[in-house]
Amino acid sequence: MDTALIPEGVKRDPLWKFVLKLGPVVAVLIWGVVAMLLCWIKGLNQTNMNDYYGFALWIWADLAVIALGGGAFFTGLLKYIIGKEELKNIINFAVLVGFICYSSALLILAIDIGQPLRGWFIFWHANVHSMLTEVAFCLSCYFGVLTIEYLPLILENRQLDRVPFIHNLSHNMHEIMAVFAATGAFLSFFHQGSLGGVAGVLFGRPFAFREGLFIWPWTFFLFTWSAAACGPCFTIMLLKITEKITGKKLVKDDVVRLLAKIAGWMLFTYIIAKIIDTWYWAAVTAPSKGFGLMEFYSNNGFYGIWILILEVVVGGVIPALILITAKGRSNPKTLTLAVVLAVIGVSVNRWAMVLQVMAVPVMSFDQWALYYPSWQEVATTLLPVAYGIILIALSHRYLPVWPQERELNPVEATAGPVSAEAAPGAESEEETSAEPEPAPAQA
Amino acid sequence: MFPFNFEWIWDMSHVVFMGGLWFALTILGLGMTYCVIKAVIDTAKGKGAHHEEH
Repeated sequence: MDTALIPEGVKRDPLWKFVLKLGPVVAVLIWGVVAMLLCWIKGLNQTNMNDYYGFALWIWADLAVIALGGGAFFTGLLKYIIGKEELKNIINFAVLVGFICYSSALLILAIDIGQPLRGWFIFWHANVHSMLTEVAFCLSCYFGVLTIEYLPLILENRQLDRVPFIHNLSHNMHEIMAVFAATGAFLSFFHQGSLGGVAGVLFGRPFAFREGLFIWPWTFFLFTWSAAACGPCFTIMLLKITEKITGKKLVKDDVVRLLAKIAGWMLFTYIIAKIIDTWYWAAVTAPSKGFGLMEFYSNNGFYGIWILILEVVVGGVIPALILITAKGRSNPKTLTLAVVLAVIGVSVNRWAMVLQVMAVPVMSFDQWALYYPSWQEVATTLLPVAYGIILIALSHRYLPVWPQERELNPVEATAGPVSAEAAPGAESEEETSAEPEPAPAQA
Repeated sequence: MFPFNFEWIWDMSHVVFMGGLWFALTILGLGMTYCVIKAVIDTAKGKGAHHEEH
């Protein structure tokens, strides 16, 4: 039915099967939309946020997806600026993942601000002394960059590409993509950093407060560093999941191993810096504010020292050691384990820097303030996950995301596009178009 | 946002913050304008027309 839209030379499920598989995901999406509408219509009383938790589950989700979406800017930097040409075979997917992450972050912020109709105030009435203003500027602009990077992929859809103007437009955008990628790397450096800076400048919250360089606390640099290290790990993790679901190899091992090696060394150097930062904070910074290390990890029902071990050792040291060794990243199982652990590690880091910061008592009469999200918060946090799955599925089906797919999964040549409906038999389970595909203007 | 807004002050913070924003937006805007204009010219010259024949 939709064979004409499917990239040439690849196999896809019949449309009915594709729609059926997405059914449960669409149900989650609808659940999230209902919760979102409740938050917009009835207000933020639908959440469990309170005077302790002005930042809650949504801001953790925001920081986590922004860190995990860092694979787009870092892979773009490696490909377009540093010249790692091999990464052209995974850059499309990295951009897609980044686009999903950043559009999700903006969606969550649109719910979190309570009155999205006033969202433009942050631009028009900007508080130029706030790191969050810088985050809002860079986030919005970088989403523009990701849209520009994703757009040529849409324009290269088999049918759209036949229109000469659209073909020329996508070709021209590829030609100057390095300019957009450089702008994206610049914007990412600052907004990833400023998100860390927001926590680091909280001098009234010794759990988060850090010293630093000029106006930037060390968390500024650690956040950017961790995003550059763990973003590519998230891209590899989603690639592995996509390959598992589709039952196909989509990117060659040498490309994945190269990205994993670079991410591994970034993670290794990051985790050394993180350990030094944690030691200095525990030994010097926090005591100077009147706190001992274990006061941040005791006398409560949730935040034990395990969270620090999970973040630094399990989610940092172990994946870094796996990824920097050729043997570790060559084994598919240990590679997958490492990227999953790295994703958990950076997510736990963001959780600690957003939610544990709020939970730790700072006054002598204070107690630990634990927080449980409402179902509306959970549903709206799962909403971007469902949206992301749908967008990846649609892009995989209709767009030339994978430059190496035809080579890795050759399809028997036929006279023309053959759909399951038109020619049941050998291709009965999948829609196929075996016409040779014209080479993209630039991968 | 703009120097003609009532809350605008000519200080370093405004110049750095808003200058950075407009700098980034200008690069993106000029880049896309270049792509669109070049695509119009290329199309007028008949480039990419062979793709209709697939």
